[in-house]
Amino acid sequence: MNTTLCNAVGTALVAIGLAASGAASAQAQSKLSGNAIRIGVLTDLSGLYSDISGQGSVAAAQMAVDDFIAANKPGYKIDVIAADHQNKPDVGSGKAREWYDTQGVDLIVDVVNSGVGLAAAKVAGEKKKLMINTGAGSTRITNEDCNPYSIHWAYDTYALAAVAGRAIVQGGGKSWYFLTADYAFGQSLEQDTTGIIKTNGGTVLGSVRHPLNASDFSSFLLQAQASKAQVIGLANAGGDTINSIKAANEFGLTKSQSLAGLLVFISDVHSLGLNVAQGMQLTDGWYWDLNEDTRKFGRRYFEKMKKMPGMVQAGTYSATLAYLNAVKAAGSDEADAVTAAMRKTRYNDFYLRNGHLRDDNRMVHDMYLMQVKKPAESKYPWDYYHVKATVPGDEAFQPMAASRCPMVKKT
Amino acid sequence: MEIFGIPLQAMLGQLLLGLVNGSFYAMLSLGLAVIFGLLNIINFSHGAMYMMGAYLAWMMMEYLGLGYWWSLAAAPIVVGAFGVLIERVLIRHVYKLDHLYGLLLTFGLALVIEGVYRDCFGVSGQPYGVPEALRGATNLGFMILPNYRAWVVVASLLVCFLTWFVIERTRIGSYLRAGTENPRLMQAFGVNVPRMVMLTYGFGVALAAMAGVLAAPIIQVSPLMGSNVIIVVFAVVVIGGMGSILGSILTGLALGLIEGLTRVFYPEASATVVFVIMALVLLLRPAGLFGRES
Repeated sequence: MNTTLCNAVGTALVAIGLAASGAASAQAQSKLSGNAIRIGVLTDLSGLYSDISGQGSVAAAQMAVDDFIAANKPGYKIDVIAADHQNKPDVGSGKAREWYDTQGVDLIVDVVNSGVGLAAAKVAGEKKKLMINTGAGSTRITNEDCNPYSIHWAYDTYALAAVAGRAIVQGGGKSWYFLTADYAFGQSLEQDTTGIIKTNGGTVLGSVRHPLNASDFSSFLLQAQASKAQVIGLANAGGDTINSIKAANEFGLTKSQSLAGLLVFISDVHSLGLNVAQGMQLTDGWYWDLNEDTRKFGRRYFEKMKKMPGMVQAGTYSATLAYLNAVKAAGSDEADAVTAAMRKTRYNDFYLRNGHLRDDNRMVHDMYLMQVKKPAESKYPWDYYHVKATVPGDEAFQPMAASRCPMVKKT
Repeated sequence: MEIFGIPLQAMLGQLLLGLVNGSFYAMLSLGLAVIFGLLNIINFSHGAMYMMGAYLAWMMMEYLGLGYWWSLAAAPIVVGAFGVLIERVLIRHVYKLDHLYGLLLTFGLALVIEGVYRDCFGVSGQPYGVPEALRGATNLGFMILPNYRAWVVVASLLVCFLTWFVIERTRIGSYLRAGTENPRLMQAFGVNVPRMVMLTYGFGVALAAMAGVLAAPIIQVSPLMGSNVIIVVFAVVVIGGMGSILGSILTGLALGLIEGLTRVFYPEASATVVFVIMALVLLLRPAGLFGRES
């Protein structure tokens, strides 16, 4: 009740402002529904993924909106709302439905957690409103479950596997052993990486499947150690990855074998400390210390959140800003027109390098293979990575020929 | 020499690691057993107390520069005092009610405590290193055992033994046991039973906090570390027999070993094996392996 009242007052104020600013500007914006843009950040505000997305993503979306308003002085209102999907697909899709139907939300971003991401993308497809997923990893978003209104922005499990798998094998890490979280995500990550390793001439000596949230990894690591593989691939995420790395260090595995984190975020490295994480190789879609532009964004974000952003949070900024620019270019907030405008754009900004939106709604852009620095090499706070390789988007992401998305016309 | 296709050496290594985990289970389930045995409270906030112990160690290092040994001494006292406070303010009021109320109250408490930590520190957790004196590893011939893990086994066995000894073999212990059997009679003898019960809760919680400090160098100090382990620990207590002190210690160690073996032969089941055993034990001996039928 209260929020609707606020919205009504807000809309009225904007309308008065517009009337005052003259009929011409009102004319130009006439195609916007409600003469306002509302962006919904649907994320995990309290759970497992709240450090990689969460409040940081909300702040990043707000920064993008502020920057757009400052640069373009649009004659319409833009605001950001946020909700916690609690990592539950039903909660997430329910919220998406409510937002699109009754709250006037034009774009939903973040949607970390593949389960929630896939469920909410279905709602976007039904309602013909846009969703840009910057948080979840499943390749299903642009394959089996693709639809014209759901865009995948930052990374996916195929790219994680392809970047780490190819670059490490080519760098001499020929034999692999996997430590895999025993559920859909871990298994598909292992499978994807195995494919890449084999096509690049490497071998997989074996794998051990550990249960989700296994608190002790020493036993699995001893099995990995016994395999004598050069590289131990960590096909797990979050707390499981952190505890595997901690135990690998304790048992001295890192002296003779190298670790490859297939899904490691900068917040994970920060919480492990360089002492423990040093030497590990990992895939990332973005790093705050790549160049002057990324540093500028990183520092601004740090001012607000007291942490450096990771690829999901920076991706949320990037997606929000790209969306607002596309709305401006299309002169409409109608989803098809906005997507068409985005498809025409070639992106080269602080986040997307050589970025373009493909027909399967995959945002293709350069990805990076990182190596965690030694404590002595880190000169200032959050100075964590060496960039070992920059992998062009077309090599990092799944080729269109292999797409299982019905929208893609095979020739 | 091989056992079921696994070299003997690898097997010994895995058994030893199982023992390390078993000592954590033993120490945590011991605290639970003490609290249940003497207070009749199913303390679901035990995992949160374990997490608080680990966090306190991290905070002492981060904010005060005090190392591991200080934490090992201070964390049980501080968290124990917190437990005493909780007992006085909240738990005391549900003793006369059904077990279920105590369970719900402590479960709610655990959620609140975890929520506060998650809000303050985020979910990825904090780093905590192995103390200087226990760094490095010893080559046992069949495996390289990090010194710290050896210390964990020694320390927790010592604590478990002392607790068992105090409760089963000393005068204070006999007061405690008598106080739970017949509190009125004990009070008539001039023993302050409510205070005794309060201190017992504090002690059980202190054990959890100590386990937390012991775990901090091995497991990432994160708000979720308690809830990841607490369900297994409850299973241990149920298998051992609710309230049985010796039962919880022995079962903790044994299940650590069984889990360790499962990790070699069929790692996918290593999170489930404890519960399969629990189901079997409940079917065959509902009071648990060491429990007395009432």
